[in-house]
Amino acid sequence: MRTADNPWLSWNYVQSNQSDILAALGQHVGLTLQAVAIALLIAFPLAVLAHSRPRLAGPILGFSGALYTIPSLALFAILYPILRDRRLTVLIGLVIYAMLVLVRNILVGLQGVDPAVTDAARGLGYGPSRLLLTVELPNALPSVIAGVRLATVSTVALVTIGVIVGYGGLGQLMFRGFRSLYHAEILTATLLTVGIALVADVALWGAGRLATPWVKAGGRG
Amino acid sequence: MSDGVLQEAMTWLNDPLNWTGSQGIGPLTLEHLQLSVSAVALGALVALPIGIWLGRRPSGGSLTVVASNASRAVPTLALLLIFATTGLGFGNRPTVIAAAIFAIPPILTNTVTGLRDVDPAARDAARGMGMSPARALALVELPLALPLIGAGLRTATVQVIATIPLAALVGGGGLGVIINNGFGVQRYGQVLAGGVIVAIVSLLAEVGLAGLQKALTPPPMRASARRAKSGA
Repeated sequence: MRTADNPWLSWNYVQSNQSDILAALGQHVGLTLQAVAIALLIAFPLAVLAHSRPRLAGPILGFSGALYTIPSLALFAILYPILRDRRLTVLIGLVIYAMLVLVRNILVGLQGVDPAVTDAARGLGYGPSRLLLTVELPNALPSVIAGVRLATVSTVALVTIGVIVGYGGLGQLMFRGFRSLYHAEILTATLLTVGIALVADVALWGAGRLATPWVKAGGRG
Repeated sequence: MSDGVLQEAMTWLNDPLNWTGSQGIGPLTLEHLQLSVSAVALGALVALPIGIWLGRRPSGGSLTVVASNASRAVPTLALLLIFATTGLGFGNRPTVIAAAIFAIPPILTNTVTGLRDVDPAARDAARGMGMSPARALALVELPLALPLIGAGLRTATVQVIATIPLAALVGGGGLGVIINNGFGVQRYGQVLAGGVIVAIVSLLAEVGLAGLQKALTPPPMRASARRAKSGA
């Protein structure tokens, strides 16, 4: 253990570095929100496509599975030399990982819709797009929300790897604290990162409960 | 998009010194795999006994779900930096320990699920034949849970191989060194080459371990192993 003048928690640190902390926090939250939003926009059509053309589901899932195996550090290392933009590198990397989680979850949700329900809708004369929008998607919503929660929580943690290109949100503070052996800086940034993930997770859980009032309480976390 | 960087990456890859030197791809890959094996072994050493213990109790499942969800929210980098600034020292040791901690949830979850999914009829039959609980565990329950436990080890290994590159950020070894050094001297061809090498090693590990798992699983049990993979 270190001496007393290098504590892990220090209010003094928070006060004197307020602007740095807020800037890193803003960068972190901004990247996360943007990445998950873009990922959703890409994942939805992909999942719907894989669902409506089952022959494409295998290749789409296989390709995203392979992409998911690439470590984030390696992905940033591949993207940065090509893009030469720190923010864009981290953002695109985050979008790719979030997208893979979302495609899988949305597809699982769509495939899990009770065939009797879709048959009934078809029997009532629903066309494919009306079926998708008014029957399949609402039924798949719990799985979609689970995917968004998972993607968001993992994205919050992944942002920190952006330090390799110098754009890692709170990871930037962690790394600066590591270099100067400043315990309070490392732990403050860590707690804030975990805090963002928890707040986002609870908020999305709440939003999910509001959006799917028919789902029984106590769904898995 | 610049052709220059691709050219630089190819030049870097074509230099034999970058393959065999002490900081070359060969020795660094070896070190990378050694660190990964230690981390998985360390994680398994903790996760397997706990998983076996939890898998045989009725309330074990929810605890493992909580553990694996919580581990997702904690950034690996944070844990690594905290370990590196405490008594563990810089370099490989904190990385192996951090990677081992993140290897625990997949092994734990799959061990618990594997034991829980054992057909109760098989368990009853073992008891009926007069087996003690320990013998039933060793001779009946564990062999039946093995495909799932194997799937957990495989997931953990792939994940650890992807985590070890972070060691370079705290002065350790492994393939991340190529990327980190490249950024340090702003040689982006080297960075790109390093990124591609790490990506290839990770993909090979995933494919190789999937093949190994398939080869090791007896044919009648392959169905349950496949189910395990899609559930992970």
